[in-house]
Amino acid sequence: MTTTTDPHPESFRLSMLIYDSRYRSMTIQIVALIGFLLLIGWLISNTAQNLITLGKEPSFGFMTEPAGYDINQRLLDYNSQDSHLRAALIGLLNTLLVAVMGCIAATIIGVVVGVLRLSNNWIVSRLMAVYVEGFRNVPVLLWIVFGMAILIETLPPPKAFRGENPEASMLLGDSVALTNRGFYVPEPLFSRGLGDVHLLGNSSLRFDVSLDLIAVGAVFLASILISGLIGRRANAIQNATGDRPTVWFWRLGVVVLPTVLVLWILGFYLGYPELKGFNFKGGTYMRNSLIALWAALSLYTAAFIAEIVRAGILAVSKGQTEAANALGLRPRRTMSLVILPQALRVIIPPLISNYLNLTKNSSLAIAVGYMDITGTLGGITLNQTGRELETLLMLMLVYLIISLTISGVMNWYNESVKLKER
Amino acid sequence: MKKTVFLGALTVAGLAAGASAAATLDDVKARGKLNCGVTTGLVGFAAPDANGHWDGFDVGVCRAVAAAVLGDAEAVEFVPTTGKTRFTALASGEIDVLARNTTWTLSRDVDLKFTFVGVNYYDGQGFMVPKGLGVSSAKELDGATVCIQTGTTTELNLADFFRANNMSYEPVPIETNAEAQQQYLAGACDVYTTDASGLAATRASFEAPADHILLPEIISKEPLGPLVRHGDNEWGDIVRWSLNALISAEELGVTSANIGEMAAAAGDNPEINRILGTEGNLGEMLGLDAGWAKAAIMAGGNYGELFEKNIGENTPIGLSRGLNAQWKDGGLIYSPPFR
Repeated sequence: MTTTTDPHPESFRLSMLIYDSRYRSMTIQIVALIGFLLLIGWLISNTAQNLITLGKEPSFGFMTEPAGYDINQRLLDYNSQDSHLRAALIGLLNTLLVAVMGCIAATIIGVVVGVLRLSNNWIVSRLMAVYVEGFRNVPVLLWIVFGMAILIETLPPPKAFRGENPEASMLLGDSVALTNRGFYVPEPLFSRGLGDVHLLGNSSLRFDVSLDLIAVGAVFLASILISGLIGRRANAIQNATGDRPTVWFWRLGVVVLPTVLVLWILGFYLGYPELKGFNFKGGTYMRNSLIALWAALSLYTAAFIAEIVRAGILAVSKGQTEAANALGLRPRRTMSLVILPQALRVIIPPLISNYLNLTKNSSLAIAVGYMDITGTLGGITLNQTGRELETLLMLMLVYLIISLTISGVMNWYNESVKLKER
Repeated sequence: MKKTVFLGALTVAGLAAGASAAATLDDVKARGKLNCGVTTGLVGFAAPDANGHWDGFDVGVCRAVAAAVLGDAEAVEFVPTTGKTRFTALASGEIDVLARNTTWTLSRDVDLKFTFVGVNYYDGQGFMVPKGLGVSSAKELDGATVCIQTGTTTELNLADFFRANNMSYEPVPIETNAEAQQQYLAGACDVYTTDASGLAATRASFEAPADHILLPEIISKEPLGPLVRHGDNEWGDIVRWSLNALISAEELGVTSANIGEMAAAAGDNPEINRILGTEGNLGEMLGLDAGWAKAAIMAGGNYGELFEKNIGENTPIGLSRGLNAQWKDGGLIYSPPFR
């Protein structure tokens, strides 16, 4: 039991707010906060007032009006009569597509380069140093534009594939066409497909879900789980008896056979691109804007990731390597079992900010005409409706949400791999 | 704190726009220069020559306004704008007048709050294709890849045209005319579409212009003209009547060659006298001096002279007057009377 002693509760005077050091810092903070809020309030009301004077009251009604323009790359169905909101959604998906593809590619390239830069092979480590310094010391916008220029100027146009003696020909048994408008690759199709489910009716956020994809995905995931169980059982036997049963063919069979069976039931086949009219038809069309943007963003960010990986590996003390060697682990296993797991906790936090940078840098897409959300909502919609304030605020909000989501997920992952201190 | 900075920037922009809405004429006079928004480079309409001196049909309008207001056709600061940046530049007060083949539409007038002071070129959207493509009509373009400048009315017309004709296409959005030219020539798009005058001007700058044809279809009306912000009608009047002075001058036979003689003393034609300030007080009404129209016409010649010198049949661009002939010659160019 404690008793609180408050010797002079009645002796508080207003002047103590300034002269008494117990209250002074509080007083200053409150005054500063009020001043700050007043400033923000004044700025907002002033902006609103000026916009009203200009006759442009902030309003988001335009988002439901027909957009009127077409978008070339759309992951969901869209036509020019859809709303600006739908156009923004299409752009958002394009942003996410290039961001996800970029993060994956940048991580793979970055880890490989970072490890190779520490290689004992002089040529390899020097080459990697040249790559890293070359990419991270030139603005990414230049790399994007440069990549686009290379694609446009060096690859043949579709018409070069036409005629008796075409100047250009398709690769890999007439299945892949590289043109200066983009790459056409075979697409997976199902002759006995289950069709699509349309969700959300006719609203701006409607989307289709392919049942084929869900079926194949579900079977594949289930197979992976079963394969994992087999592996765990093998571990248990190994722990108990010291002998590891050979199960790799079981695991391979469990993963491959059901998936192949489902694909066969659905009538899986590949649709090949074919030159029809002005362009290739059929197949999956990867526009050169997407390729240029993806390649530039990945290679640029990978240069930073490589440095982070190198720093992470160097942060693991040499004694760990020597101890692993002493135990008889080969260099590759030392790297994957001893060094990398310990390096990860140094690598992950700066890796998060590089993912964020890549995502935000994807807003440079408009330089090559890639229709990301900056191109649709912050580009054409802004221009056709003249709603700068509203579209830019929405755009900032979208990027903020994407970035916070990435940070959230990566922080959660960081928690799970960081050194557990007990 | 980022937010505060952003809002602060917005406020400054808002204040600047609010302030400049009032008296553009005073601002221009105080500055001693007219800020005129033009294209980033479209030969014949607005492009800098080898010495960095801007020239062209739209540039002529800027210079005429500068001459009328400041008495000096060279007192113009040209601000290159893209299809996307032009309206923000005008609305924010960065430029005083936008002369950048901009189409007069209802939503730009009413919703974006701009005043189109007239039409200096009646245009329409066309298509350019390489001869080797073997296409003779826009109706044969189903499935084609089309290069298009983003943020323009042509973008919307294109969507409407293909939808109305039940055809598909692959749009390639592009920021400036120069990029469009590069992609088109490399074969990254089959077709380039923009205003027919712009296509003619672009084709004129090709190495082999004869290898490219303009398709016969004109799919839209594109009345192009200079525009100013809403909210300063006096400034709008000055730009409007500077343009009308050029048009009336051609109609009445006043050219840069004979204007000195005509303006020296009042002549027989009262309207010419009123325009040139030898009779009446039209200049005073506009808040300019009596010789305003004379200066505007002398800046680059009358409307017909500007046309012939920059985009006419004897230039590489080779546009005929067509709809842009004077009304008495069967065209649409018509100025209200100076009275």
